[in-house]
Amino acid sequence: MKHNLYRYILGIADNSLILGQRLGELCGHGPNLETDIACTNMSLDLLGQVRSYYQYAAKIKGEGASEDSIAFLRKEREYYNVLLVEQPNTDFGYTMARQFLFDVYHLLFLTELQKSSDLTLSAIATKSIKEVSYHQRFSSDWIKRLGDGTEESNTRIQTAINDLWTYTDELFYLTDADKAMVEEGIGVDVATLKDAYYKTVSEVLEEARIEIPESKYFQKGGKQGIHTEHMGYLLADMQYMQRAYPNMEW
Amino acid sequence: MVEEQQHIDEILIPILEQVSDPEIPVLSIMDMGVVRSAIIENNLVKVKITPTYSGCPAMDVIGDDIKAALKKAGYESEIELILAPAWTTDWITPRGRKALEAYGIAAPLEAEADKDVLLHGKRIVKCPQCGSTNTRLVSQFGSTACKAQFQCDDCHEPFDYFKCLK
Ligand SMILES: [Zn+2]
Repeated sequence: MKHNLYRYILGIADNSLILGQRLGELCGHGPNLETDIACTNMSLDLLGQVRSYYQYAAKIKGEGASEDSIAFLRKEREYYNVLLVEQPNTDFGYTMARQFLFDVYHLLFLTELQKSSDLTLSAIATKSIKEVSYHQRFSSDWIKRLGDGTEESNTRIQTAINDLWTYTDELFYLTDADKAMVEEGIGVDVATLKDAYYKTVSEVLEEARIEIPESKYFQKGGKQGIHTEHMGYLLADMQYMQRAYPNMEW
Repeated sequence: MVEEQQHIDEILIPILEQVSDPEIPVLSIMDMGVVRSAIIENNLVKVKITPTYSGCPAMDVIGDDIKAALKKAGYESEIELILAPAWTTDWITPRGRKALEAYGIAAPLEAEADKDVLLHGKRIVKCPQCGSTNTRLVSQFGSTACKAQFQCDDCHEPFDYFKCLK
């Protein structure tokens, strides 16, 4: 139970950590000032949520674990985020497509997590949901602006959606820890979110004049710690300071 | 775990009112509604605070500032960060809303009106500089996570709007 809960919390929190890291990469590099600020604000929201999850996970783990050791000192195979969130900021279209495809899921997920019998998790969900609804508004807006914009913006956002589509199915896959937590009344049965997810996503894409990809080829692995080639680079960047200067603070 | 009611020992109120939000210095943390309880037990003050946004970097500073203010008044204290019930902009006091406006930040609207503004571009947010409502959303995200960027089309000043959080 203890091990499953720990693993379950990491599964939730790692999504936010890795997506937060990706968004943070845009700090000072956004396409314009407003979107730069928006991306870093969303990153900050996600990292704030992550702190609450990891503090809770550290308490469960004991053995001197802390939010920082959990965030910065695990190996690649010990991160359980979905593959979607680790995909790079290839261009602004990819950044918004990744955000949108995750936000829709995230909001549905948190809505259910609010009902968790675990009071800490339900409190974090209730807190986060208010923030994530702003994220979804922002990313949906951009999907529509890019899709319904110029020929160039439409082509690029369509390419991004096509490429990232292959990572969407993993969102609804349950690991053993997930299943155990669903049984305890703590976890969310993500498989049940699938229909609502594709419905919302399709509605926005249609409004944005973006074609819904037909491909049924889906990739997964992140939830089991098996990541795409991008993850190692991301972690090298993210963990550098703690690895080079153990226990550093600022 | 869920405490809807605020419990603050009366004697502590004037002390806590001196602590301001580091990002909005005109606003006391009491007017911001982030102090959920403060109780004296054997000369130790137990304080519970709640973050406005999860990632609010001001929370650590607020905790330290509360400790320092209480210490000056002769109390040792213990700060606990709680998440439930989640903070809402409804907890900003009327005095706090006035202080925001005076500082140049438009105070949050009701939830429905807020949606009209952020989603449908309705012009109802009052410019804190000239009072005009001929204002428009520039970006949903502003200088901090809790604010959106606006511009007034009458006096042309850009300003922050404190987003409704419910
Ligand atoms: Zn004005």
